[in-house]
Amino acid sequence: MSVQEFFHMGGYAFYVWPAYGLTLIVLLVNIIIPVMQRKQFFVKALKKKR
Amino acid sequence: MFLVPDPVGRFFHRMASPPHFYAFTERLMPWLVVIFLLLTAAGLYGGLYLAPADYQQGDSYRIIYIHVPSAWMSLFIYVVMAIAGGIGLVWRIKLAEIVAISSAPIGASFTFIALVTGSLWGKPMWGTWWVWDARLTSELILLFLYLGVIGLYGAIDDKRVASKAIAILALVGVVNIPIIHYSVEWWNTLHQGPTVTKMDKPSIHVSMLIPLLLMALSFNVYYFIALIQRTRVELLERERNSQWVRNMVREIKQ
Repeated sequence: MSVQEFFHMGGYAFYVWPAYGLTLIVLLVNIIIPVMQRKQFFVKALKKKR
Repeated sequence: MFLVPDPVGRFFHRMASPPHFYAFTERLMPWLVVIFLLLTAAGLYGGLYLAPADYQQGDSYRIIYIHVPSAWMSLFIYVVMAIAGGIGLVWRIKLAEIVAISSAPIGASFTFIALVTGSLWGKPMWGTWWVWDARLTSELILLFLYLGVIGLYGAIDDKRVASKAIAILALVGVVNIPIIHYSVEWWNTLHQGPTVTKMDKPSIHVSMLIPLLLMALSFNVYYFIALIQRTRVELLERERNSQWVRNMVREIKQ
């Protein structure tokens, strides 16, 4: 199978890749949000201390 | 508790203590991420590259490797949320309350993924993005239940009261779970019946089944990772005046 064939997905690329892309985005956001919130928490806590 | 071997009992007892939980999950995290990446890589390689195209659906069926695990997770996380909420309701264990509310956005995300990827699969196969059949409608209701839990929690300022409220909502909503699971058997729907979770042998070839199960495992580990991340933030917020959080802030300052 060539790279082109792989990305072509037998003509269903328009459906398959957006499905995977969207999943990736949603799963990433679910990690990024709490990590940022935790950073934010410590930034605020340190500000209060000073 | 006396039925449980002592080290196991002690482990859970320690885990219910916020500072222990916080420290332990920090050490656990890199291992979980490595396991998640390995499972995902193996699942995607098997599903997108090794597995053959479906004899009826061609390559469009490859959406199954995220659609079905997401749908499973949407149900599984809801049950975890309801059980954790129930434990918090009865025994007032803070960590159980936090696990319940932290599960809600992750479960909502998986429900959303299941709905959208299903839509993207339905268009080429059924000729429509959406149809009001039993499976799709009950899964949509699941999304609203999750959003209801998140909204209710945000609407109540006292987080211990909020936890009680969402636990009750989550427990009542459990009635929707068997409806979703059996909808494809109870009603004649456009959505296909189960190919894996049935009493008979799964009606799916092993070259497709293995990557599917790998992806299901990978999503389970992902849930664990995302849950820990959210739980730690929620713990910090709730315990911000306690000694262990103050000590941590002081250590960062130095």
